[in-house]
Amino acid sequence: MRKYFIKRLLQLIPLLIGISLISFFVMHLAPGDPTALFIDPNVRPEELARVRANWGLDQPVYIQYFLWLKNACLLDFGQSYTTGQPVIYEIAQRLPVTLLLMVPAFLITLLITIPVGVISAVRKGSWFDNTVTFLSFTGMAMPTFWLGLMLMLLFSVKLHWFPAVGNLILPLLTMTLGNLAGLTRYQRSAMLEVLGQDFIRAARAKGLPERVVIFKHALRNALIPIVTILGLSLPDLFGGAFIIETIFAWPGMGRLGVQSIFQRDYPVIMGIVMFSALLIVIANLLADLGYSLVDPRIRYGKE
Amino acid sequence: MGKNKLVIFGLTVLAIFVLLAAAAPLLAPYGPDEIVASQTLPPSFSHFFGTDDLGRDLFSRALFGARVSLSVGLVAVLISIVIGTLFGSLAGYYGGFFDSVIMRFVDVMLAFPSIFLILAIQAMLTPNIYNVMVVIGLTSWMGVARLVRGEFLRIRELQYVEAARAIGCSDRRIIFRHILPNAQAPIIVAGTLGMAGAILTESALSFLGLGVQPPMASWGNMLMDSQAYMFDAPWLAIIPGLLILVTVLSLYFVGEGIREKLDVRQ
Repeated sequence: MRKYFIKRLLQLIPLLIGISLISFFVMHLAPGDPTALFIDPNVRPEELARVRANWGLDQPVYIQYFLWLKNACLLDFGQSYTTGQPVIYEIAQRLPVTLLLMVPAFLITLLITIPVGVISAVRKGSWFDNTVTFLSFTGMAMPTFWLGLMLMLLFSVKLHWFPAVGNLILPLLTMTLGNLAGLTRYQRSAMLEVLGQDFIRAARAKGLPERVVIFKHALRNALIPIVTILGLSLPDLFGGAFIIETIFAWPGMGRLGVQSIFQRDYPVIMGIVMFSALLIVIANLLADLGYSLVDPRIRYGKE
Repeated sequence: MGKNKLVIFGLTVLAIFVLLAAAAPLLAPYGPDEIVASQTLPPSFSHFFGTDDLGRDLFSRALFGARVSLSVGLVAVLISIVIGTLFGSLAGYYGGFFDSVIMRFVDVMLAFPSIFLILAIQAMLTPNIYNVMVVIGLTSWMGVARLVRGEFLRIRELQYVEAARAIGCSDRRIIFRHILPNAQAPIIVAGTLGMAGAILTESALSFLGLGVQPPMASWGNMLMDSQAYMFDAPWLAIIPGLLILVTVLSLYFVGEGIREKLDVRQ
């Protein structure tokens, strides 16, 4: 198990290098120059050259990449072009603000999605199931940012319950609802699949109470695929943050990311890409390990 | 039963939307960029969807926007299916080294926060409708690749493939004529759901100003300025979003319907 874990961790290294390689080259080979956005066009050419040299932009792209990689290995992601602060510092400052949004959204989703998906599956075809199915399809079919706008319209403009920006409730609600729909649907089908299997029929046949069949036999097995999906939904949650934070002016990493894109702040963009990629691959790894936790049959590293 | 009704609903809505989009120049009461009022007007008989902040007729813009949003969705998903199918078949059919290289590449692409990658690429390029299609297509083929690879792994072991090989069919012929047609069903399902995803992505990109550029209308960029007019003109935010919602929902219904009919497992 430990050997497997270490092997998986080591596999992350080429993966992350691949990601940095692609994003770095896509960014630097694109036409246009970040200095154009920060520097007065009337500035003397030698001054411009000095700034470019300062940012390393006068070097060939592959040299720039190796320099970046060398520093990144030492956790130095350079300085933001806009604020001059170290990228690490910028991210560290925004991360808690984003987590304030993401962690509760994740937990609330989990708390709702499992019971609702299970009840939906057990009472398949009931009005409850139909309502849940309808709501989850609708939820999945909505652009997240539009859901945010509609919640803003309802709760800020019409009802005046919360201010449109700078309040935790609305972005949290948007993020939770956006994530909830797909996961509930997934939990429902996972549960349905388990309920259709022979061992459930056997459990019922030997006269076990329905409660025991559902909770002890079915639910445990239906939780296995949901673990992976939770791992895989973390990137979605993170991706949602970029847009949700932007419309609600929530000063977290997502908003920093979108701003850095508009400002062509290469070091910050790279920092955020790498940070979110790291988060995603670790989430996937944890999901795999979570697998063996909920399902003792799955043991990694033993052939 | 209920499922069939949903598929019929989905197909009907999509057919109507496609027809409306195709006939936009005939049906639209005004030009998409024509300024017909001096301000935002609420929906009324002369302007079914009202007018926007620049005084353009929202109904006409929605009709022309349908062309853009639907074609972006369609082209993007075609790109992703071509790439995904190609990579997936190669990885699944040949296995070994090919398979490892392609699947590692898939892993790398999947670990990107995709919306951020798309935003970044779009910001670097000069955003327009064509590179929106290409960028969405290039960043959404990984699911198809995995799916097709799985199908190939399963099908290549079947006896008829062995028979085809025994009579001396070339690899290319086996891949394209013998295996791929049998992997169609899941690809069609993935394509339908993928188009839904592409329409959602386009809307988010255009909403942030990094997708289809005004004055060309798309359902996403019609929402772009709506946030600023939320108090005075909420219909600007409501209507284009509802159009996206109904389209994507219909695609889901159709995709799920095909899945059930063809008994495709995810």
